Amino acid sequence: MRQKVFNWGRYPQGDVDLLPLYYLEELDELTSKPCIARGNGRCYGDSSLSSQVISTITFDKALIFDKKQGIFKCQSGMQLSDILDIIVPHGWFLPVTPGTKFITVGGAVASDIHGKNHHTEGSFSKHIIEFEIYSGEGLHYTCSAKEHPDLFHATCGGMGLTGIITSVTFQLKKIESVFITRVQEKARNLDEAFELFEKYSNHTYSMAWIDCLKGGNSFGRSIMMAGEHTTLNELNAKQKPEALKLLQGSKLNIPLDLPSFMLSGLSVKSFNELYYHKILGKVKQDKTYFDQFFYPLDAINNWNRMYGKHGFIQYQFVLPLSTSRAGLVEIMEKIRNQGSGSFLAVLKQFGPQDGMLSFPMEGYTLALDFPFRPGLLKFLNKLDELVLKYHGRLYLTKDARMDAEVFKASYPNLGEFINVLDKYVPKRSFSSFQSERLFG
Amino acid sequence: MGSILILGGTSDIAISIAEEYLSNGYQVVLAARNLERLGIVKSDLQIRYNGVVEIKPFDAEELQSHHDLVGSLDPLPDITLCAFGYLGDQSIAKKNTEECLKIITVNFTGAVSILNLISERYKKNRAGTIIGLSSVAGERGRQSNYIYGSSKAAFTSYLSGLRNELFHFGCHVLTVKPGFVDTKMTKHLELNPWLTAQPNQVAKAVFRGANSKRNTIYVLKMWRFIMFIIRQLPETVFKRLKM
Ligand SMILES: Cc1cc2nc3c(=O)[nH]c(=O)nc-3n(C[C@H](O)[C@H](O)[C@H](O)COP(=O)(O)OP(=O)(O)OC[C@H]3O[C@@H](n4cnc5c(N)ncnc54)[C@H](O)[C@@H]3O)c2cc1C
Ligand SMILES: NC(=O)c1ccc[n+]([C@@H]2O[C@H](COP(=O)([O-])OP(=O)(O)OC[C@H]3O[C@@H](n4cnc5c(N)ncnc54)[C@H](OP(=O)(O)O)[C@@H]3O)[C@@H](O)[C@H]2O)c1
Repeated sequence: MRQKVFNWGRYPQGDVDLLPLYYLEELDELTSKPCIARGNGRCYGDSSLSSQVISTITFDKALIFDKKQGIFKCQSGMQLSDILDIIVPHGWFLPVTPGTKFITVGGAVASDIHGKNHHTEGSFSKHIIEFEIYSGEGLHYTCSAKEHPDLFHATCGGMGLTGIITSVTFQLKKIESVFITRVQEKARNLDEAFELFEKYSNHTYSMAWIDCLKGGNSFGRSIMMAGEHTTLNELNAKQKPEALKLLQGSKLNIPLDLPSFMLSGLSVKSFNELYYHKILGKVKQDKTYFDQFFYPLDAINNWNRMYGKHGFIQYQFVLPLSTSRAGLVEIMEKIRNQGSGSFLAVLKQFGPQDGMLSFPMEGYTLALDFPFRPGLLKFLNKLDELVLKYHGRLYLTKDARMDAEVFKASYPNLGEFINVLDKYVPKRSFSSFQSERLFG
Repeated sequence: MGSILILGGTSDIAISIAEEYLSNGYQVVLAARNLERLGIVKSDLQIRYNGVVEIKPFDAEELQSHHDLVGSLDPLPDITLCAFGYLGDQSIAKKNTEECLKIITVNFTGAVSILNLISERYKKNRAGTIIGLSSVAGERGRQSNYIYGSSKAAFTSYLSGLRNELFHFGCHVLTVKPGFVDTKMTKHLELNPWLTAQPNQVAKAVFRGANSKRNTIYVLKMWRFIMFIIRQLPETVFKRLKM
């Protein structure tokens, strides 16, 4: 059935044949034309759009949960939210989680997602025991770091281009409670922010909200947020028996597409509230439910509609350690002068990473939203030049518009990736609007 | 604690109903013809609900095998859900006897065969509930799917007779006419979202309906109204419509 489909940024929109996957046996027929897998559409741009899309949302069964060893196996369309509901009451947690729990495991592998713990625990692929993938022509492979390692490393972060991941087995992480012991600290400027990342580098989780509009002495003012899973010892007698109990939150809905002018007002207000009221002193420590720590935005359904019906682009880049500071200053100045970026951005430290197309590299990553406006694409091309100048790159799962040249110049293992495609998918049976743009 | 036998355990609606009963503490026996698929459904339900799930082979078209299946169930679960069904393709079925018979057998003959056996045991026990997933398509034959529709009409009529009989034995029969439901049966159809229920909505309605001994339920209220209108249309008008 032909229909209009778009992902989280609501840009671009594609006319798409969206075909649901129920059973493995259907794959031969479903992939007879070039196609791409789509999970829950939480990537921002066109990574999971193509004229033929295989939707895995209906392919979502839990297959194995070893409660002793903390090993979980499921079909690729299962969502992290469902996995959390199952594992948390048994004292297990996701090894890596993004800022929303409404993504599928297949999407987690294909984007090789990172969480607030990248600097300490790496990306999702580091915790995969094995996965199964259908690469077309009736061929299924089981892949791990040892078995078909080339296909394994190309698939993690490979944006669906190596085939349809069908099941994933991964290692969970032990927890003692549903809470996170959180520390928040204000940084008055960018230098202080970098110092705080150093200070909190031993914390499992860390990230900072950064104000992109403030100039002068307050340039780069931020709120650092670090966290650890709360241990039983930290809970009082009343909390202990309920340490692993899931809480059900209610959700706010954003029913209509808000006009985009509302936006800056809204976010300015919320940041100020955070900055001036929430953290009264310089440092604040508290315990928070894991949902609030990891998924603050999930509490507002469809928050992406805040940007109005034209959608938005999330721009996320990473710079290597050596150029992070200088690069961030120049890029943030540019954004500030142009004045069209979101007020709030997320700054995060990455640890070392190897992979073929995985996004992270040791250094710092900044992510911010740009509501769609005339002239935006040109402006972002200018930002790309700066990212290249500082030897950085853009996150493919957030991308909707990068040029092939920028992509080729910034992903050094691209050649290796293409060799794997030649070996396993010589007919290039899997392609997206994004891959057509970047590889074409 | 109670238990439910689900015939057609790989159906999307059936799986949602199994989830509803599991989360209310019931044990579940799933029966279906494809044991590999059924095994996956079982692992999923066990992992999500930590409950007791058993599986059995069952093919609605293999009428002779029904006796053994029912015999193997000891004790017989106190609720039986008849969920299997086959939409088929009207245009093929019109010309191809095999397809036509398959639609009729799966939706009607097969259901009658297995429910006859089960209802006899419920009568003996003087307890038991039978839930049948029929369809609004059975209320009036339309050119686009009247082979499916008429087999569901026959099934609805069977269920109503069965209800009448079993009432005198303290047993209950619930007929479910779900309207459109978003499942693999309808994946190729363009359904109006206002008239389409999700499987978990059907499951909740079925659980409530069975508990409160309702006779017939529609899931979305709208359908009761729509079917009322459709039934009222004089045949001279109806026959001219293209539906
Ligand atoms: C609010 C929000 C916060 C986020 N925070 C983070 C974050 O902190 N860190 C981070 O890394 N990401 C983050 N993301 C991005 C998100 O985690 C990724 O885009 C993820 O891949 C989305 O998964 P999905 O199931 O929605 O897949 P989709 O968006 O549908 O697809 C994403 C990519 O995965 C491929 N894919 C999906 N399923 C399969 C499969 N079965 N086989 C092969 N390929 C497949 C698609 O082809 C596509 O290339 C965030 C997104 C949102 C909306
Ligand atoms: N979806 C709707 O809009 C809708 C509307 C009204 C009524 N219904 C009724 O609801 C019931 C469930 O359907 P669904 O929507 O959940 O669709 P579904 O997921 O396609 O389920 C149909 C089920 O019937 C089973 N089946 C088919 N032939 C069989 C046979 N010979 N023996 C045993 N099982 C057989 C299938 O098993 P396999 O896995 O082995 O194929 C499948 O599990 C059906 O009776 C359907 O008619 C559906």
